[in-house]
Amino acid sequence: MRAFSELYEELDTTTSTNLKVAAMVRYFNTAAPADAAWAAYILSGRRLKRFIGPSLLRRWLVEVSELPEWLVDESYSTVGDLAETVALLMEDSLADATVVPDLPLATWIDDRLLPLREVDEQQQRAAIIEWWRTLPYRECFLLNKLLTGELRVGVSELLVTRALAEVLKLERNDVSRRIMGEWRPSAEFWEGLRSSEASTSDPSAPYPFFLASPLEADPATLGPTADWLAEWKWDGIRSELIRREGHCFIWSRGEDLVTERFPEVAEAAAKLPDGVVLDGELVAWRDGTIQPFADLQQRIGRKKLSPAILNSVPVRFLAYDLLEQDHVDIRALPLRERRARLEALIGAAPDVLGMSAAIAASTWEELAALRSESRSRAVEGLMLKALDSPYGTGRQRGSWWKWKIDPYSFDGVMLYAQPGHGRRSNLYTDYTFGVWSNGELVPVAKAYSGLSNVEIADLDRWIRSHTTEKFGPVRQVEQTQVFELAYEGIAASSRHKSGIALRFPRIMRRRTDKPASEADKLSDLQAVLEAHRGQLRQESDPTT
Amino acid sequence: MISDPEPLVVVTANGLYCPPGDFHIDPWQPVQTAVITHGHGDHLRHGSTRYILARPGAGIARQRLGGDRDLAPVDYGTRVQLGTTTVSLHPAGHILGSAQVRIEHEGRVWVVSGDYKRQPDPTCALFEPVECDVFISEATFALPIYRWSDTPHVVEEIHRWWMANRERGIASALFCYALGKAQRVLAELRAFTDEPVYVHGAVDSLTGVYRRAGISMLPTLPVGTEKKTDFRGALILAPPSAAGTPWMRRFGDHATGFCSGWMRVRGDRRRRGYDRGFVISDHADWPALIETCRASRAKKILLTHGYSDALTRYLNERGVRASALQTSYGVED
Repeated sequence: MRAFSELYEELDTTTSTNLKVAAMVRYFNTAAPADAAWAAYILSGRRLKRFIGPSLLRRWLVEVSELPEWLVDESYSTVGDLAETVALLMEDSLADATVVPDLPLATWIDDRLLPLREVDEQQQRAAIIEWWRTLPYRECFLLNKLLTGELRVGVSELLVTRALAEVLKLERNDVSRRIMGEWRPSAEFWEGLRSSEASTSDPSAPYPFFLASPLEADPATLGPTADWLAEWKWDGIRSELIRREGHCFIWSRGEDLVTERFPEVAEAAAKLPDGVVLDGELVAWRDGTIQPFADLQQRIGRKKLSPAILNSVPVRFLAYDLLEQDHVDIRALPLRERRARLEALIGAAPDVLGMSAAIAASTWEELAALRSESRSRAVEGLMLKALDSPYGTGRQRGSWWKWKIDPYSFDGVMLYAQPGHGRRSNLYTDYTFGVWSNGELVPVAKAYSGLSNVEIADLDRWIRSHTTEKFGPVRQVEQTQVFELAYEGIAASSRHKSGIALRFPRIMRRRTDKPASEADKLSDLQAVLEAHRGQLRQESDPTT
Repeated sequence: MISDPEPLVVVTANGLYCPPGDFHIDPWQPVQTAVITHGHGDHLRHGSTRYILARPGAGIARQRLGGDRDLAPVDYGTRVQLGTTTVSLHPAGHILGSAQVRIEHEGRVWVVSGDYKRQPDPTCALFEPVECDVFISEATFALPIYRWSDTPHVVEEIHRWWMANRERGIASALFCYALGKAQRVLAELRAFTDEPVYVHGAVDSLTGVYRRAGISMLPTLPVGTEKKTDFRGALILAPPSAAGTPWMRRFGDHATGFCSGWMRVRGDRRRRGYDRGFVISDHADWPALIETCRASRAKKILLTHGYSDALTRYLNERGVRASALQTSYGVED
């Protein structure tokens, strides 16, 4: 694991993508096949399910560090990362003389970590504490990250693909196809990647998603409208629908196989010809209209889907694109051609599968006008895709754009602050904001993004010197600072004291010009909620 | 409850003040008599009438305050009568000329530590434990996650990093505080090389002060105004304020590093955006703070800036009377 921990350190301490790729190439070229397979698995963002929960690790840390519990917690909240806190606090117990022999990464995972699942808590505790006591800082940190299933490495899948392509002497597209989906890391897998024959791959293997970039420029800079496909930006789950070898597979963008969550889509897909892969969006749909994303979440959130849920949250798959037809990868064809084939294919399919329709408009002004209706249509804006574009990999700028609508906003007062995690640890970056209700500020949103580093540092100082009370890591602050917050959607919620839940709230700016008394009222937000509901009702009412 | 006798040091609007001695320690407003623990900006401020400070720090004070100030340098350990108190300065090991202030009055002794560290540092005298009744200690890094490796070990890492960057044909820009940290790194690097190092103007002038005080360091070259210098493979020392400014452009392709105790935590390393963090601090780490509070044999500990709450509670739980003292010293590490 030492070599991998050194690789991790190298990746963690440089921002240069070339150096990152070079470090990975060096590692893959020298690692044993099983280690290389595990490294590829971890680096490409796949995660081992957690072995031990953080609360157990924390408890054991308190027990072995001989520090008071509150001091361990204070340290944790400063570091913002449990794995690192353990490594930092346990470093002291490392006698300089103990040099532990290094074990390969694959041995650590296959022979030490995976068997942890089979033993009882006492045995887990004994093993882990022993490791803590003997591993040097970096390896201890890495071990804890593996234990908690939180190991994230600062490389994009694209960079890993670049490194693997270089090591395996394969095309990048080929590499990303081979490492997509689910696989078990092993020496055999690595050798299989290495063997140059086309992989007789798993029928469920998806293609990497092509992602759009936010459009910041005036759309007129994109050239003639006729060169572009405009679609609504649906508020659902971006998915890939695969029909191969008589089976159907649905992958979500998070690279989870979600087929079982959407049985009606899988059933409808069974009518498609074999050897077809569609890119599209899973959306909640009722009476001819998309439903709020919150509805869809009920489908994802459940282990077992009851008939009641299937009934109350019907879904559709709106197809964007056709990536494979007759078992042939057609991603290199222009979008114009892929869409034509898609339409021919979907036209014959049941209603659960539909097209994400092209929006007819002949000028950018017309599109802009339609975009301004996004909110009442319960979509997030428009997608613009160049009709001559191939289906790329990841986020490559230039041919696919998302042209989102401006968010809702309100002015809230800062109520609480707590330190962030990772890069933001040791700094107050997570804030709770409230609005007025009966002369009191009620919390309505938590936000931790939107400010620059300078603003964060400034606010951090303010928070530390204007704390009125501390609850563990959380500080209650003087209720004087007003912020403009943006959010994407609003829903009624019985779980929140305020009765509302905001979707993706974030900070737009600090309103130093506004006193707290001029912040928004809860009734203002309730009015937005009412209007939002009203629009949805209107849209779905066939009589209007 | 037995009430404490009159305190020898109190916090006033101007800073720490000793009533029976009628002097301030590191005042943050101009006062009549200022006893100075060391020359960092948040401890040595303009405008006071008279400055009492440790003799090795006089050069720094002159450089920072301008020449015409009334400086009264005293040797470490020399007793000076101020009001009805006897005051002496003792090495704090923080930077050149840094001092703890020992105040004796009617049989009672208070010590104000200023900023201090316990690690050896070739650029200043080693911290001297001073026994007292009340010890006012800094608490900048008072959490058990903060502990320092031996400096030569870290400086070796810096040297390796420099050499690796040279191999890549790029410059190494190492950010560290212009007063103290920069000179300490320059002195410690002598164990690994005798090559000259480029320094930013702010580092250059203070390094001159250190050289005049007889401190051995690597030879330094000021980063000149002419743009022709080829910095490939060179090491450049600059204050953190230079990071990301147009001044950096002259170095072409370069890697950046930062020397600070804060670099101990990964989140801090990543947030500050330097390529590398090197954990070198001029402050005491957790074990050193605990050990120093113990060695002072003080019946009461008062803690200033940093994680003073945590150390206060920890000491109290171990039967040592401690409380936090609000000051406006920053954390220049």
